[in-house]
Amino acid sequence: MSFEPKIIGFLCNWCSYTGADLAGTARMKYPPNVISIRVMCSGRVDPSFVLDAFSKGADGVLVCGCHPGDCHYVEGNYKCMRRIPLTLKILESFGIDKGRLRLEWVSASEGARFQEVIKEFTEQIRALGPLQLKEWTFEPPKESEHMIEMGRA
Amino acid sequence: MAKPKLAIYWAASCGGCDIAILDIEAKILDVADFFDLVFWPVALDFKYDDIRRMDDKSITLTLFNGAIRNDENFEIARLLRQKSVVMCAFGSCATEGGIPALANLYDRESIIDYAFHKSPSVDNPDRIVPEPIYKVPEGTITIPAMWNTVRSLGQTIDIDYIIPGCPPQSDQIINVVEAVIDILSNGKPLPAKGTILGATDKSCCDECKRQRNIKKIKKFIRPFEKVLDPDLCLLEQGVVCMGPATRAGCGAKCVSAGVPCRGCYSLPTNIRDQGAKMASALASVIDSTDPAEINAIIETIPDPIGTFYRFSLAESMLRRVQI
Repeated sequence: MSFEPKIIGFLCNWCSYTGADLAGTARMKYPPNVISIRVMCSGRVDPSFVLDAFSKGADGVLVCGCHPGDCHYVEGNYKCMRRIPLTLKILESFGIDKGRLRLEWVSASEGARFQEVIKEFTEQIRALGPLQLKEWTFEPPKESEHMIEMGRA
Repeated sequence: MAKPKLAIYWAASCGGCDIAILDIEAKILDVADFFDLVFWPVALDFKYDDIRRMDDKSITLTLFNGAIRNDENFEIARLLRQKSVVMCAFGSCATEGGIPALANLYDRESIIDYAFHKSPSVDNPDRIVPEPIYKVPEGTITIPAMWNTVRSLGQTIDIDYIIPGCPPQSDQIINVVEAVIDILSNGKPLPAKGTILGATDKSCCDECKRQRNIKKIKKFIRPFEKVLDPDLCLLEQGVVCMGPATRAGCGAKCVSAGVPCRGCYSLPTNIRDQGAKMASALASVIDSTDPAEINAIIETIPDPIGTFYRFSLAESMLRRVQI
């Protein structure tokens, strides 16, 4: 079976979610791999949301907000603009490809752009393949010879 | 009536936690008076078999310091859990991996390779490396096998309470000791499982006495690069201070002495990843709306991963580097 990427998309309520809605009502076709989560602002997306998504099985994370200067809350998207490169820095240090996290500006009128972003990002993640975090859960070691040795009274 | 039994153990740790316990000065006499010390390898001569022969749940309290990074650490953690009524993670390493967990930025093979071959101070012409199992004419010798991933105590066994800090501060240890003696001698109920003892719910910034204004940073610096204002917030002066992402409880000792917070008192309540929280905090103080300039400012942060996760890598959301 071919690999279908699991992507979490954080979409801002005022621009990008509406843009996605426009793509939907206009019946534009795009891959179904992105699970959208509506947030009030791209500035609401804490880096821990991104890390949490990756630790719970996401292969990619997409954050979409209003274009710089257009934020409903004036400067929330600037905060996001600063958070994403810092989050990328963390991901890189953990050995996770930087291409798995992307920030895009999509306005309420840019349904076609939303379609393009989803298509392109899905293909990018498909090319990167599934993300499997190694040794994330703890497996107690099997009784080693050493332990048996220590167990002898 | 028999005295309640107390055990103190060190796994992958530096011994600083044991020193911190001795650092409670005359109070240590109360501890010795109230408890029957059954196990404390750093201070008294006991054998693992002494513990194995005890009945299950016969130790009232175990203070466990150190991370879990080899078979012996885990074996003894599991043994002490079985024999103890209350198991308490003591110090940063047991709580969240601590300094040993920085090994999670590498893998076991590269660590052994560096320590036994590449380190400039090593003279090892026969290229000898430790073997967990080694056969000699007289029989087989074993040493505990080292793990690829360092774990916190809570990831490997069930724990009841947490005392954070590297090391936990002596005044906080005294508070905990007094509370424990009070609970046991007056039959009071124990705090809820998972309670963090010897710390508060707030962040280190809440305890810090430095003056805070609006922070706007164009460049991050290391403390030696500038004469720092002794009364002004360190982050405001461009020094990466972990205060915003660290639990209060230490009394803000480092920042009072002019050293940025290193983040040893674990995460504040409701924060799930120390590095992510710090990234979020720094994003708020970087003074730029230009992507290129933002990247340039971020590049001036010295060792981001080692700073953000200095003590909490094992408990971080991503656990270890993907190699």
